[in-house]
Amino acid sequence: MHIMEGFLPWQWCLFWYLIAIPVVVYGITRIKKITDKNPETKPLLAVSGAFMFVLSSLKLPSVTGSCSHPTGNGLGAVLFGPAVASVLATIVLIFQAILLAHGGITTLGANIFSMGIVGPVAAWLVYKGIKKIGWGSSIGIFFAALLGDWLTYVTTATQLSLAFPIPTFGEAFIKFMVIFAYTQVPLAIVEGLLTVVIFEYIMQLRPDILRKLRVIGSEKAQDSPEKVLEVV
Amino acid sequence: MDKKPLVLLALVAIIVIIPLTLYNGLGEDEGFFGGADGAAGEAIEETGYEPWFNSFWEPPSGEIESLLFALQAAIGAIIIGYVLGYYKGQDSERNKEENKKNGKRM
Repeated sequence: MHIMEGFLPWQWCLFWYLIAIPVVVYGITRIKKITDKNPETKPLLAVSGAFMFVLSSLKLPSVTGSCSHPTGNGLGAVLFGPAVASVLATIVLIFQAILLAHGGITTLGANIFSMGIVGPVAAWLVYKGIKKIGWGSSIGIFFAALLGDWLTYVTTATQLSLAFPIPTFGEAFIKFMVIFAYTQVPLAIVEGLLTVVIFEYIMQLRPDILRKLRVIGSEKAQDSPEKVLEVV
Repeated sequence: MDKKPLVLLALVAIIVIIPLTLYNGLGEDEGFFGGADGAAGEAIEETGYEPWFNSFWEPPSGEIESLLFALQAAIGAIIIGYVLGYYKGQDSERNKEENKKNGKRM
């Protein structure tokens, strides 16, 4: 999903920066608010960022015969909301742009938009939606992470087709979707599975923090009554 | 012990191994297992576009690049391990105390 340095006309670079900056700024204020209110959420914030660090460094082979990497943006989005995930994604993308020449400073705004905004918003909405229809939080986090990952790549394909509609937007879109979105399908499933593993482990050890973040409802109390008593 | 995480991780391993066996013997020279980001870059260059800006710094070789990628993964992994390990310790400490209390009551 990294659009390489210099690979977007400057007007588009500016355009995506203008969209990304307010979201990241809002995300920073959200982090301040959440950690002021519940300081015990800080370690989980670090874990969400770290999860993104690990997953986006793993380039995995796909059945299409090319390699790509997961994004790790679903976990942070579900735990802390999409704006906070934007901030975490920005940190990862700056690290990769400066040290690894993956992505770039000129294309940072565009890459934040795909990995830090569209992906997390999708993940967050999917999780909320699945909770609303009453399915379990593990199923919710699986589809949230899967779609957060996949839509990040669909967004990159869309961004590139908008910037390079050659010969037409439609044809360019198909071309970039073949490169990004097909390759990403198995990797999105991998990301979904890995996110379920870490999420369930967190849920097992510290359901109290997840409850404070309103990630899981208090009806979960039936699962582990002894833990709830402690929180009370 | 809960087996579910192990099953899920095994599934992850299978999904990653399938393409490796599917295209066994084929490598970068045959156009396999290249990065999607690079492929998109090539597709853009084919349209006649010239990138107008280059990275300030690029890892000088594949070795250095893998060093930095490993570093990135290591930073992430150590944070996850530290925090979840800490939670795990807290959890078992709590269980121990509860057991003690229950023991006294009985």
